[in-house]
Amino acid sequence: MPTAIQCRDLRKTYDGKIEAVRGLNLEIQAGECFGLLGPNGAGKTTTIEILEGLLQPSSGQVTILGHTWGTHTRELREWLGISLQETRLSEKLSVRETIELFASFYRQPRSSAEVMEELQLTEKADAWVGKLSGGQRQRLAVATALVGNPKILFLDEPTTGLDPQSRRQLWEIVRTFLRGGGTVLLTTHYMDEAERLCDRLAVIDHGQVIAEGTPTDLIERLGGHHVVEFAVSGGPDTDSFNHWKALPGVDSVRHEDGIISLSVREPHTTIPALLDKVRTQNLQLLHLTTRQASLEDVFVHLTGRHLREG
Amino acid sequence: MAIAERIPVARMNPLSPPPRLNGRWSGFAHLLLARMKELVREPELIFWIFGFPLLLALGLGIAFRNKPAEVTSIAIVSNPGAQEIANMIQQSPQGSSIKVQILERTQALQAFHFGKYDLVVEPDGRGGVRYIYDPSRSETVLSRAEVDDALQSGAGRKNPVPASSFVSTEPGSRYIDFLIPGLLGMTLMNSGMWGVGFALVDMRQRKLLKRFVATPMRKSDFLLALAGSRLALMLIEIGLLLGLGMLAFHVRVLGSLWNILVLGTLGSVAFGGLGLLAACRARKIETVSGIINLAMMPMWIFSGVFFSYEHFPARILPYIKALPLTALNDALRATILQGASLSSQVGRILVLALWGGISFVLALRWFRWT
Repeated sequence: MPTAIQCRDLRKTYDGKIEAVRGLNLEIQAGECFGLLGPNGAGKTTTIEILEGLLQPSSGQVTILGHTWGTHTRELREWLGISLQETRLSEKLSVRETIELFASFYRQPRSSAEVMEELQLTEKADAWVGKLSGGQRQRLAVATALVGNPKILFLDEPTTGLDPQSRRQLWEIVRTFLRGGGTVLLTTHYMDEAERLCDRLAVIDHGQVIAEGTPTDLIERLGGHHVVEFAVSGGPDTDSFNHWKALPGVDSVRHEDGIISLSVREPHTTIPALLDKVRTQNLQLLHLTTRQASLEDVFVHLTGRHLREG
Repeated sequence: MAIAERIPVARMNPLSPPPRLNGRWSGFAHLLLARMKELVREPELIFWIFGFPLLLALGLGIAFRNKPAEVTSIAIVSNPGAQEIANMIQQSPQGSSIKVQILERTQALQAFHFGKYDLVVEPDGRGGVRYIYDPSRSETVLSRAEVDDALQSGAGRKNPVPASSFVSTEPGSRYIDFLIPGLLGMTLMNSGMWGVGFALVDMRQRKLLKRFVATPMRKSDFLLALAGSRLALMLIEIGLLLGLGMLAFHVRVLGSLWNILVLGTLGSVAFGGLGLLAACRARKIETVSGIINLAMMPMWIFSGVFFSYEHFPARILPYIKALPLTALNDALRATILQGASLSSQVGRILVLALWGGISFVLALRWFRWT
C-alpha cells in the first residue's frame, strides 16, 4: 500500500525555547484512519498543522503522497481536505454559500448539494451559519473540507465539545469517506473515538510518539485485557501493594484515590484469589468492578497521567 | 469485462451532476460575492459606512447653513425717549434687519451678556444715545455700526458719497461646499482602513484566514476580492454623499464624475493599503483598533475635514500636506468645487499613490496568514 503521509524526525520549537514537537516519526498508509492521541498540549495540533503545510517545522521532513511542501504546494492543497480546530466560519453566510465558496477554490470540486446531502445539512442549506448548532457547525467544517474531493482528510479534534449523537454522526461521515478510499488523519483526546474510528494510533506526549499500533495492539501491550478495580477499608500500604501484585494473573497494579486497579489477563482466576486475600487479611471490601481495558489505561500506564489532565 | 467496467463505482448519489471544473477566476468571484453578501447582511456596518457620514453632512449642513438675511437684535434701555429712538430705527432704510426690544437697564444688560441681544442702546434723555457693546464679540461691533447708521440716517444725515450694494452668495463658497468633499475624503479613509483592517484581523482571529490558506485559494484572489468590495462600496459612498450635497444643499459639482471616481479609487487604494498594513500582524481586534485610531487621529485634526488646515502654523503645513487624507481632501475639493483637472494635481495624486503603494508592499511582506 502506498504511503500517504510520512514524517521523519519532526521538530518544532517556538520562540527558540518551547519545544512543542521533539523528533516525531510517522508513516501513514493510504486508505487508513490514523489517530494522534494525546492530552492537551502534547503537540498534536502543532504536528498536524506541520503536516498540513500550515506551520513550518524547525527541522525534519514531511512527505505527503510523495510530494513535499514548498515544491508542490498547489497540488497538495488540491488533494488535502482540512478541518482546523475551532474555525469560526462567517456567520452571515448560509450553509450553501459557505460550501460553494470553499468549492470555488478547487479545480474540480464535488457538487455542494451532494456534500450537503452526505453530511445531513440539506435541511439547513439556506440557514445562516450563525444559527447552526455546534454539531451542525462541525459538520459544515468537515463539509468545507470534503467539497474539494480530497484524497486525505485532516481533522483536528473534530468532536471536541459535541454531544454524543453529533459525535456519532461525525464518525459515520469519516467512515463513509474511508469507504470511498480516502485517508484520514485525526487528532483526539477521546479514547472511545480513537478506539472506534482509528485503524492505527500514535500516542503522543511531550511532543514525542510514546506508543504506536492498532488500538487492540496497544491494549494488548498493556499486558491484560481486563481491569479489576476495588477498594478496601484500612487503606493500602506499600506492603499490601506487593500482595496484590502477587495475585495470579496480575500484570500491574495501580492505586489512585483509594481505588486499586489491577491489569489482569483472566479475571476469573484473579477475583477468587483476591476475595480470599481480603478475607485472610481481615479487610473489608468496599467496592469491586471489572471492565475491559481501554486506551485510557494504556495512556495512564505509559505516562502515569490521565489524558484529560494534560 | 467491458460490462463490468461500465458499472459505475458506487458514488454517494447516482443522480449527482457530473463534476464541474472551476475556472481561473471562480475563487475570486465567490470571495467577492461572499464579502458583499456579508456586508449587506450587517446592518450596523451599513449605518457606519453610509448612514453616519450622511447624517453628519446633513447635521453640519443645517447648523452652518447661510441664514437668509442677517438680523441683528438690540435692546433699548427704557429711559425717556426710548420709544422715539425705536421708531427712528424702524423707519430707517436698515429697519427691516434690526429687531428692537425696550427693556429695563439691568434686564437688557443681562440678556446682552447671555448673547440674546447684539447691542444695548441707552438713551440719555436729551436726544443722544450711548452704545454698550463688546469688542471681542464681532456681531456686537457690526450691530453697533448698523444701528448707528440707521439712527444717523433716520435723523436726516445725508451721505456725501452715494453708494449702493449688491448681494453675492454663490454656491461653491459656502461651508457645506467645503464640507461635502471633506466628508467624502473622511468616509473613504474610515471605510478603507476599518473595512480592510478590521475585516482581516477579525478573520485572522476566527482562524478563517488560516482555513482559507489551507485550500488551493490564491492569496492574491483573496486580497483582490477585498479590494474589489472596497471599490464597490466607494462608488456607493461617493454617489450618496454627492447626491445628498446636490439635492439637499444645491452643491454644484464642477469637475467630471470620472475624475472624482479616479480620485476616489486612489483614495480607497491608499487607505486600503494602510488598513492592510495596520492589520498585517495584529492577532486581536483590540490591537488593530488601536493602531487604526492612532493612524487616523492626526488626519481627523489636520487634514481639513471640517475646517481649513490653513489655520495651522505655516511651519507644519508641508507635513500636513503630506498626509494622505489632506491630499485626498484637497484633490476632491479642487475637482468638485473648481473643476480642476487631474493633471493639475499630480502632487496630490503622487502623495496618495506613494502612501498606498508603500504600505501595500510592506503589508504583503509582513502579512501573517495563520
